[in-house]
Amino acid sequence: MNDLENFRVEVKDWLDKNCPSTMRAGAPADTPIDEVWGGRKAVYKNPDSKLWLDRMGEKGWTMPTVPKEYGGGGLNKEEVKILNEEMFAIGARAPLLSFGIWMLAPVLLEYGNEAQKREHLPKIIKGEIRWCQGYSEPGSGSDLASLATKAEDMGDHFLVNGQKVWTSYADKADWIFALVRTGPKEPKHNGISFLLIDMENPGVSTKPITLISGKSPFCETFFDNVEVPKKNLVGELNAGWTIAKKLLQHERKFISNFGLAAGMGSKKDVVSLAKKHFGEDEGKISNPIFRSKVIDHKMKEHAFGLTLQRAADEGGKASAVASMFKYYGTEHNKRRHELMVAASGVNGLAWDGNEFDDSEKNLTRAWLRTKGNSIEGGTSEVQLNVISKRVLELPSG
Amino acid sequence: MKLILNEEQNYLKETALSFVSEKTPVSHLRGLRDSDDQLCWDKEIWSEMVKLGWSGILIPEEYGGSNFGLTGMSVILQECGKTLTPSPLFASGVLGATALTKFGSEEQKQKYLSKIASGELTTALAIDENSHHNPNICELKAIKDGSNYVLNGKKIFVVDGASADIIIVVARTSGEDDDVGGLSMFLVESDSSNLKKVKLDMADSRNYANITFDNVSVDETMILGEIDMGLEPINEILDVGRIALSAEMLGSCEKAFEITIEYLKERKQFGVPIGSFQALQHRAAEMFCEIELTKSAVMAAMQGAEENSNDLQRLSSLAKSIVGETSHLVSNEAVQMHGGIGVTDEYDIGFYLKRARVAETILGNSTFHQERYANLTGF
Repeated sequence: MNDLENFRVEVKDWLDKNCPSTMRAGAPADTPIDEVWGGRKAVYKNPDSKLWLDRMGEKGWTMPTVPKEYGGGGLNKEEVKILNEEMFAIGARAPLLSFGIWMLAPVLLEYGNEAQKREHLPKIIKGEIRWCQGYSEPGSGSDLASLATKAEDMGDHFLVNGQKVWTSYADKADWIFALVRTGPKEPKHNGISFLLIDMENPGVSTKPITLISGKSPFCETFFDNVEVPKKNLVGELNAGWTIAKKLLQHERKFISNFGLAAGMGSKKDVVSLAKKHFGEDEGKISNPIFRSKVIDHKMKEHAFGLTLQRAADEGGKASAVASMFKYYGTEHNKRRHELMVAASGVNGLAWDGNEFDDSEKNLTRAWLRTKGNSIEGGTSEVQLNVISKRVLELPSG
Repeated sequence: MKLILNEEQNYLKETALSFVSEKTPVSHLRGLRDSDDQLCWDKEIWSEMVKLGWSGILIPEEYGGSNFGLTGMSVILQECGKTLTPSPLFASGVLGATALTKFGSEEQKQKYLSKIASGELTTALAIDENSHHNPNICELKAIKDGSNYVLNGKKIFVVDGASADIIIVVARTSGEDDDVGGLSMFLVESDSSNLKKVKLDMADSRNYANITFDNVSVDETMILGEIDMGLEPINEILDVGRIALSAEMLGSCEKAFEITIEYLKERKQFGVPIGSFQALQHRAAEMFCEIELTKSAVMAAMQGAEENSNDLQRLSSLAKSIVGETSHLVSNEAVQMHGGIGVTDEYDIGFYLKRARVAETILGNSTFHQERYANLTGF
């Protein structure tokens, strides 16, 4: 047996012993999704969630490619593939959902100093600290670089004042990675720094935002004379914009993958909804005009899925490709939900009460929620600008 | 299935690009059109393609080919598509070679495949009988008469049919007009008596013919495959053709898009390049996304064919449908974004529009393949 085959046997064996049965396929799906975000404030209804997270975190397998000295799994690409395959084989649930893993950790690995990596990466990997992202502000949406939250140099610390908005799960997070203005006199892109802030610091407060879809994880986050140690500056002073852009790429990739994965795995498939509500004619959706819309949509979805696969096969190069996936994935997801709502007729617009079942009420909320997918993380229009400039190299206006 | 090319396929693609860039820029097609060339392709160019081995890529080595696979053939056609290069490569090297390799008897393979590889003869596939591709319908009949079959009927829009030496014709040998089980294929020499070819003059200036069979007698040794073999095996040939043609169409889309983007950078109005206007930038970026999706669909279909995927019919229809829609979008936007010169004959972009529309109809347009994909998937 070669090393990889040995590794597969080890992984299989370890998962067999360590993955609790309620964390596998076939288990009753009553574990709330919030349970697996970790952090100091986490409450676990199912103790297996905590057990599974702790065991995977201990192995470093929540971030399997990160070097062991930072708490990661220290695995190579082939080994990660094996780990994923074996987890998939038993239907193991992801042990940890985390902005720390998806966004901050890759940035810390690239731009963080040794002390920052050693302090923060193990806690991200073990799910001990839950992170949120402080980017947008009420006055700075697409023009993010105009952000005004200021961090003044007070000698041994920064004094932070201002407001962030659209901070997902800020009310449940422990730390926030934030963009702050440290160079008020510099050109706007050159006066921004990337700062890590413990939200237990006095002066940090949060307030949830209600969306058109109802309750949401989004919050406003306020900083009122918050003192932040200098060691929490990532990268050089006033060089935060480069880091911010890099992090946005990770975020865009995540959002587009998420949209597609959600679509493909969903039980609420547009085809089955159309057959249910319009009826079937020899196995076909009986409304021919609606059917043709569904066909067009599903074929585009197939091609988009193949494009994600091709990008992976090509080695996932080119940052602008992330913009394409973000743009196309979120727009596609909006169209998918519009079709599901249309297929369901009035049952696709239910808000509350007992006359409609949960999946119908959830669909309404989900449909409304998709409207934000093409705004958050850079609007569709911003993604098209990025493609125009960076891929097509069209001149600036 | 990996959606990337290997080193040899990439090399082939590069060779093809330098060949077509040097030998057959769009001015080559324009020249053939302007001289009212009846062949619609150039014999010298074709013999150079043959020398490069392109005609034999889908033919087994024992019959003089290289058996290099459909991906290799498709990437060559993709590059040919970039300059709208006309040649019998698709009709002969793809459709003819595939039909004979898959279904030919040993004797037929010996007799024809090596000549297809060497370029000595070219073939065409005669299947359509109506203005829309629909292989389910076949009225052309072949009736047994001793050791011969007698063919009566008409095939239209036969790609490269005006020049082909061998016509592979789909004929009804049993059943009624829409009974897909009663179909068979015959190899018919184009100089057979009672066979009449009329060259079509189409918008894309390529080679097509309507072919009438008026008591054309064919020896039973010229049956390709089994009698009453039905549509399913014939569809295997059509799917290979659809995938290869999709690659050619993709190449044309890529080039028309590239030409347009260059124009947006050069052309100035109001004192600035028009490419600085967001109204055009966003449309260009959307086209970029559609082309990327199209590349993936075409790549998946090519690789699916290489690996004998059991999902090949769906992949083939996905590719042909998506590439059809993308050609439609890109060719229209290319003309619009060029403004006035876009609608002049002097400028090349109109050639891409004309070719796009004709190619969209060959072996089934987007709606045909959407319906097929949907039926195969259970929508």
